[in-house]
Amino acid sequence: MNPGKKAESIYTRIWLEEPEPGNDFATKAAYCHGYDVYGQMLGNSGWAEMNYLLFRGEAPAPQQTRLFDALAVALANPGPRDQSVHAAMCGGVGGSPAAACLMAALAVGAGHLSGGREVFLAMEIWKECGTDIDLWSARLAAPAEHIPSIWPDPEHPSGFDPHGVSASTIVTQTLHCLSQLSSGMRLPWLETNRHKLEELAGHPIAFSGVAAAAFTDLDFSPEQGEMLYLLLRLPGAAAHALEQKHSGHKKFPFFKIELEDDPENKEK
Amino acid sequence: MNGPEILKQNVDILKTRMGACYPGVRAVFRGFDLHKELKDIDWIDLYMFGVTGRRFSPSQLRLLNSIWTYTSYPDARIWNNRVAALAGTARSTGNLGISAALAVSEASIYGRGIDIRAIDFLIRTRNELDKGGNLADCVKKELETFRGIAGYGRPLTSVDERIAPITELARSLGLDEGPHILLAHAVDKFLLDGRWRLRMNYGALCAAFTADMGLTPQEFYRFAFPGFLSGMQPCYIEAEENPEGSLFPLSCSHIIYDGKPKRTWLRPDDVMP
Repeated sequence: MNPGKKAESIYTRIWLEEPEPGNDFATKAAYCHGYDVYGQMLGNSGWAEMNYLLFRGEAPAPQQTRLFDALAVALANPGPRDQSVHAAMCGGVGGSPAAACLMAALAVGAGHLSGGREVFLAMEIWKECGTDIDLWSARLAAPAEHIPSIWPDPEHPSGFDPHGVSASTIVTQTLHCLSQLSSGMRLPWLETNRHKLEELAGHPIAFSGVAAAAFTDLDFSPEQGEMLYLLLRLPGAAAHALEQKHSGHKKFPFFKIELEDDPENKEK
Repeated sequence: MNGPEILKQNVDILKTRMGACYPGVRAVFRGFDLHKELKDIDWIDLYMFGVTGRRFSPSQLRLLNSIWTYTSYPDARIWNNRVAALAGTARSTGNLGISAALAVSEASIYGRGIDIRAIDFLIRTRNELDKGGNLADCVKKELETFRGIAGYGRPLTSVDERIAPITELARSLGLDEGPHILLAHAVDKFLLDGRWRLRMNYGALCAAFTADMGLTPQEFYRFAFPGFLSGMQPCYIEAEENPEGSLFPLSCSHIIYDGKPKRTWLRPDDVMP
């Protein structure tokens, strides 16, 4: 097969593959943004470095690697109370395929309550307001705008917990750790100004808000942050789905029901 | 702060007006016994009742049914269908492939993302005109705000082959002269006269038909969900029947790399003092 441009092509700035001699469908070498993945990176780079490189196009500085790693640990398991993990467990307990469990976690964890959409919108706010408390004040006071979209309108300020009384300890522990590791401005500023922001928002800061600040400090765009947040929360969903699969449905809640519009009551 | 009060009130119980399953006894669907009162209902009738809580006339259901039918294309090149077909060639399950393909149909330049914006535009504009506004201002404002009008223009071609048959059917059912349909055509004419090169597509037309049936943007969005489904199954089936991996195989020379030149990976120890 002749090398060079084909009638149908995929253009990429991320990935170069060189074929084995005699077989254009087998890869001899693969380069990620110019780096030889299997010849040089493998064994010499970590998961965080590879992922940072994929999205940003450059290798992270050591401090960025440590921050990204720490963020990945913080997000790895939202826990079985989280809606996305609950969804994955619904897949696991019924014996659904592994991919279905992860698709369930992704779909449920995509929205504006602790999900990818919330991180995207919170990162948009970071882009707009930066570390200017007056801009945050105006932004959080502005009425929510209705934009026709597949997404339901946000019901609370992005990055804050609508049901919280105060920021939970694990969130503040995460914020403190990440702000120590960050070479950016947002995480340290968020830690310093957290109480003021919470007062303005009327809600305590949530994991999604801390994650949004961390992704922004790592120079990810809101679109990249949304993708990574979805990705980084999957390990816990997967582990809990498998656990419930083995525990069985008799130990999994089914809940009581209170039907408000029962035809039997109409008949009576 | 609101606190967790709303969560506490809902612990361990589902309070619902939508329905319930009483295993071994009966099932309730939006206030009706599914196996008694709704046992003879067509699937699309039940689906629309589930989406809206309202019932539709036989003519309306016929048109809704055909809105799905006329956009069911078993062409595995189309992006969402391709997902179903790739699942087949990669030997994934049919359900996973089709579920992913339906999820992908929620796109911003076609499918559900356009649907909800198209009906929102038509309902908003109809309301503006009813209040004395004029069409030119509404269209120009929409173009300025969104750099386009949802339901007008098409990614691959300006001609939409679905418009003639669905229009003909709507005419035969007496459903072609509602206020939103007339508006959709008026917008098409305005754009054509102004040489905007944004011809009305199937999305705008279906949004208008359903708006005339009283559907809200969210109801139209939910109605449209299975719209591409029938075309997806054949894509999966054929790919699964053919040799594994033989659908759209990409060779190394299909990939045109235009990124950074080759460079050497340095371990942190190599660059840190």
